[in-house]
Amino acid sequence: MKRSGEVIIEKVLALSGIITILTTLGIIWVLISESAGFFADIPLTDFLFDTEWTPLFAEKHYGILPLLSGTFLTTLIAISTALPMGIIIAVYLSEYADKRFRRTVKPMLEILAAVPTVVYGFFALTVVTPFLQQFIPSLGSFNALSAGLVMGIMIIPVISSLSEDALYAVPKSLREASYGMGATKFQTSFKVVVPAASSGILVSVILGIARAIGETMVVAIAAGQQPNLTLDPRQTVETITAYIVQVSLGDVQHGSLEYKTVFAAGITLFVFTFLLNNVSFWIKKKYQEKYE
Amino acid sequence: MNKIQRNRLVDSGFKYVGIFCTFFGIVMLLIFIGNILADGLSRIDWDFLTNLPSRRAAKAGILTAWTGTAWILGLTAIISIPLGVAAGIYLQEYGKKNRLAYIIELNIANLAGVPSIIYGLLGLEIFVRVLHFGGSLLAGAFTLALLILPIIIVATREALKAVPNSLREASYGMGATKWQTIWDQILPAASGGILTGIILALSRAVGETAPLIVIGALAYVPFVPTTPMDEFTVLPIQIFNWVSRPQADFLVNGAAAIIILLILTFIMNGVAVYLRNKWQKKISW
Repeated sequence: MKRSGEVIIEKVLALSGIITILTTLGIIWVLISESAGFFADIPLTDFLFDTEWTPLFAEKHYGILPLLSGTFLTTLIAISTALPMGIIIAVYLSEYADKRFRRTVKPMLEILAAVPTVVYGFFALTVVTPFLQQFIPSLGSFNALSAGLVMGIMIIPVISSLSEDALYAVPKSLREASYGMGATKFQTSFKVVVPAASSGILVSVILGIARAIGETMVVAIAAGQQPNLTLDPRQTVETITAYIVQVSLGDVQHGSLEYKTVFAAGITLFVFTFLLNNVSFWIKKKYQEKYE
Repeated sequence: MNKIQRNRLVDSGFKYVGIFCTFFGIVMLLIFIGNILADGLSRIDWDFLTNLPSRRAAKAGILTAWTGTAWILGLTAIISIPLGVAAGIYLQEYGKKNRLAYIIELNIANLAGVPSIIYGLLGLEIFVRVLHFGGSLLAGAFTLALLILPIIIVATREALKAVPNSLREASYGMGATKWQTIWDQILPAASGGILTGIILALSRAVGETAPLIVIGALAYVPFVPTTPMDEFTVLPIQIFNWVSRPQADFLVNGAAAIIILLILTFIMNGVAVYLRNKWQKKISW
């Protein structure tokens, strides 16, 4: 009697786990089935090589490049901010700071990741952009620069906390050998510990990039909603995510081509983040047991 | 200056760079919160909390937004907590070596990296269209529940992992079955950690905007939702709507609503951190 109850419980628990697999399959199915309708009407070559994206205008073009360049540009700015900051913080906390300082500062950094992203968007639009306009008069009121910078601040904890874990895991003997050779703490940190932890740091950076690519509200609020094939950070750009929001806010008929553009944009986004996540997962698995 | 002196200078200089960077983000956040408080604090009064939305900024309130957020919080919790905890238990206690567990684990790592807006597209198709929930609270809650499921599962696993094996062995030794052991011994011992993870996951759900916009939550909802099938708005969407308008008065409303949203987020995170610390102190097994 008891045993059959046990078996049922195990099955129920396994079923809950299987829901996560169904979620993934659901995402893939939804994206493929809806964008299949899109690609039946629009040739893939237009999608990939046309330099304009104007599905909501009278004269329609369906080239994803302007959305990709917008996504790439804001992500690049965000990572250029978060990468040096995140790694310096990680090295400082892991190699220089004492234990108590680490313990108090780490939760404070995590607050940065806990603030809702719509709030960061407001920050970029109403504080950072006016501030930067004092130095860059040609900066538009919606621009890639402040959206990217604020996104960078938001991503700092992703990079710093994962990198710090990687640095912390480097065995003491390596550091001691380096000190024994007369190296300073700075030399030891950057020439011995950081290279030894490079795979973990790389994983943190890739996850940071994936996060920036998928971020929506900051760019929808502060970068604008105008597809623009440019790499000029002062200009208004639209990212893939911002486009999806723009269409969702409007009154688009279910089943129309405009409706399907959202899924074509979505599958592009999904492919990029999926690849980045898998690369990071692979790196983690491959280099995990280096010191064990 | 010789090379050794220069190296030492660089070394001590880096300390200041490190401190600067560590506090840079935090200081920016403080500046921002100061700004928000200056802009929005005077706007918050009883009327702001109890008024319906309005075209006139001075009359508009956040009643429908915060009730929508409360509904979403409750429904998402009801859906995601049993599923997430059950999946976590399965992975940690049952599926250590089987293939299904390995696939689920790989899959969760992947899901955690899927952008939230993609979950919105999933919800739009499955819950809004196929299951005919429409742009309702229920569709929103299911979408957000799927979004935070990986967080709850991972947190549950971590908490279960921290329970020492001696506890399991003692329970088995007394003749308890596997499930009795889990239910009576392991879960109570891990409850603090699980609860922390759940609160953090729910605080993430409260702050989400994009997936709810995609499933069709509206910015302008002139009534308070009374059933899970009602249309709704939430605080982040109301904020987004006000911030998107050109009039400065609506920006003030946005700042005021952000204060309310941040209070909610910080309370949830504060409780989670408090529980974590308390729980960590207790388990010196």
